[in-house]
Amino acid sequence: MTNDLVTTGARPAAEHSPPAGWLRGGRARLKALIWPRLSALGKLSNTTAFKLTLVYLTVFALFAACLLAYFAWNTRRLITEQITRTVDAEITGLSEQYNQGGIRRLVFIIDSRARRPGSSLYLVATPTGDGLAGNVGLLGEGVLEQTGWTETVYRRLDDPEGTEHHALVRVFQLPSGFRLLVGRDLDERERLYDVILGAGQWSIALVIVLGLAGGFFVARRVLQRVDAMTETSRTIMAGDLSGRLPTAGSDDELDRLAVNLNVMLERIEALMRGFKEVSDNIAHDLKTPLTRLRNRAEEALRTGKGESDYRAALESTIEESDELIRTFNALLMIARAESGQASTPMTEFDAAEIARGVGELYDPLADDKGLTLRIEAGDNLAARGNRELVTQALANLVDNAIKYARPHKLDASGTPADVLVEARREGDHIALSVSDRGPGIASADRGRAVQRFVRLEQSRSEPGSGLGLSLASAVAHLHGGELRLEDNGPGLKATLVLPRGGPQLPQPSE
Amino acid sequence: MRLLIIEDDRDAADYIARAFREVGHVADQAPDGEEGLALAVDRQYDVLIVDRMLPKRDGLSVIGELRAKGIETPVLILSALGQVDDRVKGLRAGGDDYLPKPYSFSELLARVEVLARRRGGRGEETVYRVADLELDRLSHQIRRGKQDIDLQPREFRLLEYLMKHAGQVVTRTMLLENVWDYHFDPQTNVIDVHISRLRSKIDKGFSQPLLHTIRGAGYMIRDK
Repeated sequence: MTNDLVTTGARPAAEHSPPAGWLRGGRARLKALIWPRLSALGKLSNTTAFKLTLVYLTVFALFAACLLAYFAWNTRRLITEQITRTVDAEITGLSEQYNQGGIRRLVFIIDSRARRPGSSLYLVATPTGDGLAGNVGLLGEGVLEQTGWTETVYRRLDDPEGTEHHALVRVFQLPSGFRLLVGRDLDERERLYDVILGAGQWSIALVIVLGLAGGFFVARRVLQRVDAMTETSRTIMAGDLSGRLPTAGSDDELDRLAVNLNVMLERIEALMRGFKEVSDNIAHDLKTPLTRLRNRAEEALRTGKGESDYRAALESTIEESDELIRTFNALLMIARAESGQASTPMTEFDAAEIARGVGELYDPLADDKGLTLRIEAGDNLAARGNRELVTQALANLVDNAIKYARPHKLDASGTPADVLVEARREGDHIALSVSDRGPGIASADRGRAVQRFVRLEQSRSEPGSGLGLSLASAVAHLHGGELRLEDNGPGLKATLVLPRGGPQLPQPSE
Repeated sequence: MRLLIIEDDRDAADYIARAFREVGHVADQAPDGEEGLALAVDRQYDVLIVDRMLPKRDGLSVIGELRAKGIETPVLILSALGQVDDRVKGLRAGGDDYLPKPYSFSELLARVEVLARRRGGRGEETVYRVADLELDRLSHQIRRGKQDIDLQPREFRLLEYLMKHAGQVVTRTMLLENVWDYHFDPQTNVIDVHISRLRSKIDKGFSQPLLHTIRGAGYMIRDK
């Protein structure tokens, strides 16, 4: 600000009186300077942590005030009580002295007592109100006329400055009409009362200041973390799905929230990656047959000589489009299986029955290719899941196995079958596996093999969409299980491992 | 056969209607659920073809309303939603068959013909006969002429289904659904292999073949 003023002052004379716009600009600059701070403060005071602090602080301060007030009042009452008791005792003693020795004795005693430092207030007066002895100079109007307790102002005789004080006094009428006044100074009581009240006010003020500071501190800490989370989520929203929320490792509620959100982000990222892969692969692998389809139709139009040519072209077009639809359906199925179990109905099913059913469906096919297919299914293989999807996944695996299996020389003792379909229990899981004696998949390629459309080089010549393994893998994941690819030495052993209890909700990785 | 096609896609509806007329059926069209419901209540049809997603009144609700009125005309549901639970939902709502889009006309025709003949069909007969082939549903015995034929349980059910719909085209998907109760695409044509095994058991060595392959559609068992 000061810089601005200096430069303004150095301007030529014509510009010396600043136009209104400058004023406005200055105010705007001032606003720009202060506003962020104010809004930061506003933001801070708008946090839940700070609001809670305020509420607690108010409640706490009110409690403290009540407590202090009660304490002060009680102290005052106690002191008053003590004064009353002392005065009463003195009056009793003095009236006894009077009874024994008359007014003379009383005057004598009072004279001697009144001179002691820090003594009570004493006054003996005639029935007409003239003082005979004592240390009280001035009294409030009409105090002496009335017997009993009064609070009054007074002045001590031995006080050189003659300041007025407050006292609690009792006026007692002696049998002969003389009046005896005994009292105690109240200043001490008031001072104590003031000290307590003062201390109380200060401590409450301190509580409020410290509480506010603490509230700001806590709110700022929370806000900093929330701001960091907001910042990260903004970059994530802007498209960088690889971002993760910062965690402090303290396992408090904010941390747990961040961890859970991170798990969610991971899932979203995986889904998005899958989605991108699908679109990439659709672009790549569906465009090829579509182009072929189009070329063939075009060629038929260009070179077709007669009905039979056209018919042949149309028939192959239909065949090709059926293949496309098939691929498309498989893709949709995978996408659906991968999108989660919310919409997939899950029931109890028997894995052994599925293995037998699928084995039986494919047995003639294997037989036609000169392969033996054997089914080994144990008992008690009930599991929870989607029967149709699991059946389809297993059918895909068997279909693959038959495609790639090579006939195996059987010796007399019955070596393993060319294609073996097994269902068995593995602890809390059931395993549905298909083993073949084909070329297998090199361990380096196994991860890639479950990806969509991946057809390893050696399999390019076989028909099929290349989606069989990825579908099986998606179905396994949908059930909270996995697709295991192992070496069958030689050949491939593909196993669907599914939890018997069905899919569980994903847990945040601790 | 008289059909009602309730489908809001004009082109698709026209195409199906034309194709049905070409094979000698009568086909009416309705572009939305309300009109379709009114027509189905008003006139007598053999089969209704209902799209699931329709303007004004959705397909399942049309079927529900018809069934509530006691109209039991067989319904085939057409739907772009081809997933397992969608099919189950459709059948539960009162549909008799479910065909996901895209479909081939031969598949649709085969299913509609099976639906149309179901009511007067041979579901109650205990012995199916086609020419000299005889299948006893109670004793599970099969004879061709004077010769007993031995079949595996699944082959028996395959033949039973084919003979139940003798003279009608039965598609591969229909066989997979009705004989195996599988509702997915098995990639390879496994059904063809099963059919050829069955054919070798019932037709081999006989002068007159009964189990015919209908090109581009499916299979049929028939006398001549």
